[in-house]
Amino acid sequence: MDKQNNKLETQCPNTWCPGCGNFGILTAFKAAIDELIIQGWKKEKIVVVGDIGCNSKIADYLNLNSLIGLHGRSVTTAEGIKLANSDLKVFVFIGDGALLDEGISHLIHAAKRNSDINIILHNNRLFALTTGQFTALSPEGYKGISTPFGSVEEPLNLIKLMIASRASFIARGYSAKIDSLKKIIIQASKHQGFSFVEVLQPCVSFYNNIQFYNEKVYELENNKTESEEFAMELANQWDYGETGKIPLGIIYKKLRPVFEQEIYKQII
Amino acid sequence: MKNQEYSLIVGGAAGQGSRRAGLLIAKIFNKLGYYVYIYDDYQSLIRGGHNFSQITVSEKKDPIRKEKIDFLLALDKKTIEKHKAKLKKDGLLFFNSNKIEEKGIGIPADNILKQCEGLPIMANTALLAGLSKGIGISFDLLQKTLTEDLAKEKDKNLKIAKLTYDQTIFPKNGIKIKKVKNNSGLLMTGNEATAEGMAKAGLNIYFAYPMTPASGILHYLAQNQKKLGLLAVQLENEIAVASEAIGSAFAGQRSAVGTSGGGFALMVETISLSAQAEIPFLAINSQRMGPATGVPTYGAQSDLLFALHPGHGDFEKFIALPSNAEESFYWSGKLLNLAWKYQTPAILLTDKDVSEGTFSVEKKVINQVKKEKEVLWDKKGEYKRYKIVKNGISPLSYPGETKAIIKANSYEHYEDGISVEEDKKAIEAMQEKRLLKFKAMQKEAETLPAVKIFGNKKSKICLIAWGSTVLAAKGVAEKLGLKLIQPLLASPFPEKQIKKALLGAQKVICVETNSLGQMAWLLKANGIKVDKKILKYNSEIFFAEELERKLKKYI
Repeated sequence: MDKQNNKLETQCPNTWCPGCGNFGILTAFKAAIDELIIQGWKKEKIVVVGDIGCNSKIADYLNLNSLIGLHGRSVTTAEGIKLANSDLKVFVFIGDGALLDEGISHLIHAAKRNSDINIILHNNRLFALTTGQFTALSPEGYKGISTPFGSVEEPLNLIKLMIASRASFIARGYSAKIDSLKKIIIQASKHQGFSFVEVLQPCVSFYNNIQFYNEKVYELENNKTESEEFAMELANQWDYGETGKIPLGIIYKKLRPVFEQEIYKQII
Repeated sequence: MKNQEYSLIVGGAAGQGSRRAGLLIAKIFNKLGYYVYIYDDYQSLIRGGHNFSQITVSEKKDPIRKEKIDFLLALDKKTIEKHKAKLKKDGLLFFNSNKIEEKGIGIPADNILKQCEGLPIMANTALLAGLSKGIGISFDLLQKTLTEDLAKEKDKNLKIAKLTYDQTIFPKNGIKIKKVKNNSGLLMTGNEATAEGMAKAGLNIYFAYPMTPASGILHYLAQNQKKLGLLAVQLENEIAVASEAIGSAFAGQRSAVGTSGGGFALMVETISLSAQAEIPFLAINSQRMGPATGVPTYGAQSDLLFALHPGHGDFEKFIALPSNAEESFYWSGKLLNLAWKYQTPAILLTDKDVSEGTFSVEKKVINQVKKEKEVLWDKKGEYKRYKIVKNGISPLSYPGETKAIIKANSYEHYEDGISVEEDKKAIEAMQEKRLLKFKAMQKEAETLPAVKIFGNKKSKICLIAWGSTVLAAKGVAEKLGLKLIQPLLASPFPEKQIKKALLGAQKVICVETNSLGQMAWLLKANGIKVDKKILKYNSEIFFAEELERKLKKYI
């Protein structure tokens, strides 16, 4: 292997704020990829799609094939990559503004068609790089620079949205729990079909809710991952507000026909 | 001897099969050696209303739609009301005499259908058979055409055709259509030709969201996926369509998208991305009359300025302007090759009447299109996606290549594809790399067949027309002894070729179907004086006779 090929880091200086949750995601992802490569994955077959926002910088920091495209369009860009070459392992790194505001229709359709891509949502519950405006996951009453009197909108329940969209793999991790996040990413990577991992990612500059998460999260153990009813129960435990318990782990997982396989079957 | 040329209209309510009958008539004439042009007219509704096809056939290439017609085939009464006045004095009217009382050749279509237990839509077969008898087409030829074309209910349709043919009486002093010598090739719509041209140039995946008048490309490719060895995929909206095409091109598959103006508007962010990330992108914009939803099933040439400047930022692109199916075939293939050669956006700017019109296509045009290889990395040294090279074209490599890390980026980037934050030198260097490429694209434009000249090449009066307007302009230029220049590339503007074609011209008249004179604007921007503009903006293309009358005021 060539010299540019043997490590996961690039020379690009990291510009995330000190203490940012994104560091946890980067560390967990690198650890997951290291392990997957040991298990036989080919590094050259991994493609990272970066969105626009703090999160997308992850593509610059990873010595992997990457495409940083347009805000909110990473999901469709990734679907195009997977459709073009189904041998590739495609990861989307995207923020909550891009995924649930700008590009929400793409998320729903990618889940519906069960496209074999992996989505890793950096959920900091606001637009950070543009200095703290509200997103579809900001809590009601959130006071940001564009909502000085508090947002009057209730947040989406993302897990319910994913269940309704027929996502075949739904999980939640936390950027402060790197080892469990790594394990979730590995499971998502191995899932055949659409996989969705929400990562709770505190934004130290605009919405530092580390303490809140530390108090509320708990890890799922041996739960029934093939049950939609049970997944709905888990979704209802936390409605993205101030109350409830926040489950971490695999919330739902069920195999169903994969878009890229089905569509090529038709033309053979 | 007089040029053998006929024009006829087949009309009916939506759902009566007038388009199909028209296509079958065109196929009969095609087999007799005629060149064909079908103009299809329909509205934005599923049943009812009024649809018609006007078929013009000629032993000379590129027939033009006429104001006056030789034959009229009426599947319903409205067709007679709307088109009877267009019939020439000695023209023939064919109609369903069980439904309509009228002078002419009545076909008791309902009776015949009853005898043969046919479905109501098969009245079009009866009318077609009546016409064939009435204009001296042999039953053998009619039978052959029907047999080749029909997928189901073949026997019933043939029975209807035979019965009608035998019952219909050839009119006194009627004309018998002669066979002519030309080998007029295949019949294709502009959309079919566009699809085939891309396939021939190596298209792997076509993405689209339905939109008239470009949907025909999606339909044709979806039907022929297996035969052509490609995928045709419908997605949730045009934004998804464009961005998936970018992803797929990045991963090494030749991809294209197609839409009309409204959908194209949703794709422009991706065109900008294609330019910046240097990922090849081919979009077909089949224009219909805007702004906004406009007149959805009728045409206009009003997206030229939009196609010239889609997307934010400074960048060059290829834009081709086909006027018929042959040019659609050639340029869709050429643009796919150019998009990959230069890793750039390319736009096939066609329009309703080219997309949905049916034309004769000569086989030699098909043979001109082939897949041209893109510039690929030689696998030596370290791979840099945006390596600064002399002609600005950094070699491509695709994910999966073991020796390379491929990083594409919509942010301004270094040679290795990593984002630049504020390094002014790097920002300037990368724009200069792209400028080198734009220069190469401009040079390439001058080597392409970007300009055609028709009519009297020595005339001091010069018409300029593009897209579907060329059809009428060509006939008129030939008839009146004027020069006609047809630009086939709007970008990069083939300035040298156009200026050379204009040598000797004292009066330049630009003809287009929009209200602001968009081609005239482009010519002016390139230092070409336009003396007169003849513009039409009622959603219909020019008739030859109409253009001739308008032109006579200026010459």
